[in-house]
Amino acid sequence: MSETAVVHEPGKARETFRAITRDVSWVAEAPKPHKLWLLALAVSTGMFGIGLYSIYVLVTTGIGVWGNSNNVAWAWDITNFVWWIGIGHAGTLISAVLYLTRQQWRVSINRAAEAMTIFAVMCAGLFPLLHTGRPWFAWWMLPLPNDMGSMWPQFRSPLMWDVFAVSTYLTVSLLFWFMGMVPDLATFRDRCALQGKKVRSAIYGVLSLGWRGSAKHWHRYERAYLILAGLSTPLVFSVHSVVSFDFATSQLPGWHTTIFPPYFVAGAIFSGFAMVLTLLLPLRFLFNLQHIIKQEHIHAMCKIMLATGMMVGLAYGTEFFIAWYSGNPFEMFAFRSRAFGPFWWAYFAMVSCNVLAPQFFWSKWVRNNNVMIWILCIFINVGMWFERFVIIATSLARSFLPSAWSYYTPTRYDVGLFVGTIGMFIMFFLLFFRFLPVAAMSEIKGASPEAHAGGPSKGGHH
Amino acid sequence: MATKDHDAAPVTPEPVNGEGELYGVLAEYDTPGELVEASRRVRDAGYTEFDCYSPFPVHGIDSAMGIKRTILPLVIFGGGFAGALGGLALQWYCNAHAWTWNISGKPTWSIPANIPVAYECAILLAALTAFFGMWAFNKLPQVWHPLFRKDRFARVTDDGFFIGIEARDRHFDLDKTQKLLQDAGAIAIEPAYYDPDPAKKVMPRWITAFIVASTAFALIPFAIAAKARNSHSPDPHIHIFADMDYQPKFRSDQKLDIFKDGRANLGEQPGTVARGHLPEDDLFFRGLDGEAGAQKWTTGFPKLYPDGRPFAVDGALLERGRGRYEIYCTPCHGYDGRGNGMVPERVKLGGGLWQARNLVEAPDAKGAGGVAVQMPNGQLFNTISNGYNTMMGYAAQIPHADRWAIVAYVRALQRAQNASQADVPPDLQGSIR
Repeated sequence: MSETAVVHEPGKARETFRAITRDVSWVAEAPKPHKLWLLALAVSTGMFGIGLYSIYVLVTTGIGVWGNSNNVAWAWDITNFVWWIGIGHAGTLISAVLYLTRQQWRVSINRAAEAMTIFAVMCAGLFPLLHTGRPWFAWWMLPLPNDMGSMWPQFRSPLMWDVFAVSTYLTVSLLFWFMGMVPDLATFRDRCALQGKKVRSAIYGVLSLGWRGSAKHWHRYERAYLILAGLSTPLVFSVHSVVSFDFATSQLPGWHTTIFPPYFVAGAIFSGFAMVLTLLLPLRFLFNLQHIIKQEHIHAMCKIMLATGMMVGLAYGTEFFIAWYSGNPFEMFAFRSRAFGPFWWAYFAMVSCNVLAPQFFWSKWVRNNNVMIWILCIFINVGMWFERFVIIATSLARSFLPSAWSYYTPTRYDVGLFVGTIGMFIMFFLLFFRFLPVAAMSEIKGASPEAHAGGPSKGGHH
Repeated sequence: MATKDHDAAPVTPEPVNGEGELYGVLAEYDTPGELVEASRRVRDAGYTEFDCYSPFPVHGIDSAMGIKRTILPLVIFGGGFAGALGGLALQWYCNAHAWTWNISGKPTWSIPANIPVAYECAILLAALTAFFGMWAFNKLPQVWHPLFRKDRFARVTDDGFFIGIEARDRHFDLDKTQKLLQDAGAIAIEPAYYDPDPAKKVMPRWITAFIVASTAFALIPFAIAAKARNSHSPDPHIHIFADMDYQPKFRSDQKLDIFKDGRANLGEQPGTVARGHLPEDDLFFRGLDGEAGAQKWTTGFPKLYPDGRPFAVDGALLERGRGRYEIYCTPCHGYDGRGNGMVPERVKLGGGLWQARNLVEAPDAKGAGGVAVQMPNGQLFNTISNGYNTMMGYAAQIPHADRWAIVAYVRALQRAQNASQADVPPDLQGSIR
């Protein structure tokens, strides 16, 4: 009995698993990419090119090409940094916090959300790096031995905390993302081998590190995954708290508030979920992922946006109350000028996008209407950008000394770099969609009812 | 594999030819539940060298197979702990040891400000330990494995559930083992062999080559840096971004072809004075008089300014001297020169002592005291320039000509403070009361 013995054919339970594999792999395996995908890639690459040109002008000239001034020293650059970092947080929240709280629906979107996290953090990191003016000295922020009188970083500065928080966040997000992807890369490897695509199979083979689905491997893998989720959860809260410390530890009215860490974290989750849906709704439609990313998952995300949107709204109100309650004339002035000062339009854009727009999610009709959801998500993205701009620019433009008051206007290079990061983000995301497993196949299979098929108690198929 | 449609199960038995050593037996099961059941039976039959393979972690298989709980969490805790301690140590070394900064008198070492970075370091190291530790314990990456030679096994990442029993197990017997797996409900069973080619039992050659090449490539910058550190070159450093380290200017004795001698500096030129060579007049610049080798402090004043103008002791000079004196000298010596300026007075109020010389004190009949009155002009000038005892030199603040003006004014003060009635002009004698 040394030859293969086939006793009987596989049963029907396995069709569910095959369907999941097929539906997800199809996105990367389709011989020709969708025309809209190509168009979007071309547009986003063009936007990325604008960003590269803006960086070229900035680096060769200096940050004088930006609209920043002595008074409004932090402007679009830091606004964009905080905005992008916040967007990244939804990915970690979905992959880690919802994992720990056993929200099964996360499996359909966690991969894409984690990818979004990484690309968003890459975009975010560009801004402080370029704001240093001479980014080739960025290594001065690292505690490296040097011949400059052995100069070391000052760890009391929240900007140094930022360096550590953001770089840790990027590293851990990359590890988490990659680790989650290994079993699915192995699926790609095996499918490419069966389809005779040798080069692709070899590349996916190396990336999947020789994964063979061994139960002993799964055992350690699941432990490590659980612990990484457990580590990412405090990490994600600490990262945006540290980002908010950049402001909260300063003395400037409008920045110097203890509400910032929770307020920033809620805003980060809010904007992150909006960005997840902004990206996934069109791609879900384009690549027929309706039975992977189900409408009920979109429902859940809408509810999270509704909740975090109201937290953000509560924070806006609390800020004003505390400014009045403190009796501090400088605080009161800062908030009066925030809402009614020269940047009143930004403040009202923020409130209407962040507080009013999500109220539509109370309606089930809206939560079922993906076009509506997409439009509202765009509003939220815009509103969250304005929130950071309002905090940063209006506070600086009306600081303690009236002689230092000024107005802020961005230049074309401010706009160019921001457009460039949006292009880079979308470009990377589209490439990810085409070449890597867009949904966690192994997790979706494990979360399906058929994962328990054939057990002693059930003994049948669902 | 000829089958194009991956979704149909491959059912054709494979012929055994050109196989290497026997690795073991591979059995496929239909459902996760059957896999768990089968693995329990294999374990109960006493097998230890076996493993289950599935597209996702199957619930309950750990206990069925008897997998011991991994110690990975403990190792990760160690990593996180080391990260926290390392983060604290790093900050202590940087800010409290190697580069201490006094910022508003705050302590150089205070835990609260160092918590965020230590926290991030703990998470970073724990996460790195979790990631790399998991792969290390799993002995991955290992891109070659005898089971990968089975086409059927490709389904393990799709919808296949397998048990592989290795031939090295002490209970292993090809027929008996296959019988056991079949009785446990396998839908397909086949023996698995190593590749006859020993090269296929190690890392593929192209991956090894890639790793070696990329490692060598990555070492090139370090090699260049090491070479540069241990060699000398007349060329300036390579600066990708020059900043202000190199400026378009020439230094002494640099090569420059536009001059006849090929040097950037021209040397001595007639009619010019080289930088730093101007103050040659000992009288004006140092207050010295007399023959070379036997110079003394002058008792007079310079004859000429360095630019050739005649030096005159007149009202304008005294007025200039009064202005400079009141700016630079009054804080200690006082407006009348008696050494009771604001600084000594305030020190006295605080109970201390800060003596400034009384510039106008006249010597007694025996010629004792009255040091400043008896000093030659040149020495007074030198004292202003270079200081004396606790008085610092004012050469950096007061130009030479102004120092001479102060000397003239001090002389006037001394005269005025020690005046007798006879010094009053005759036409004003009557107004003295």
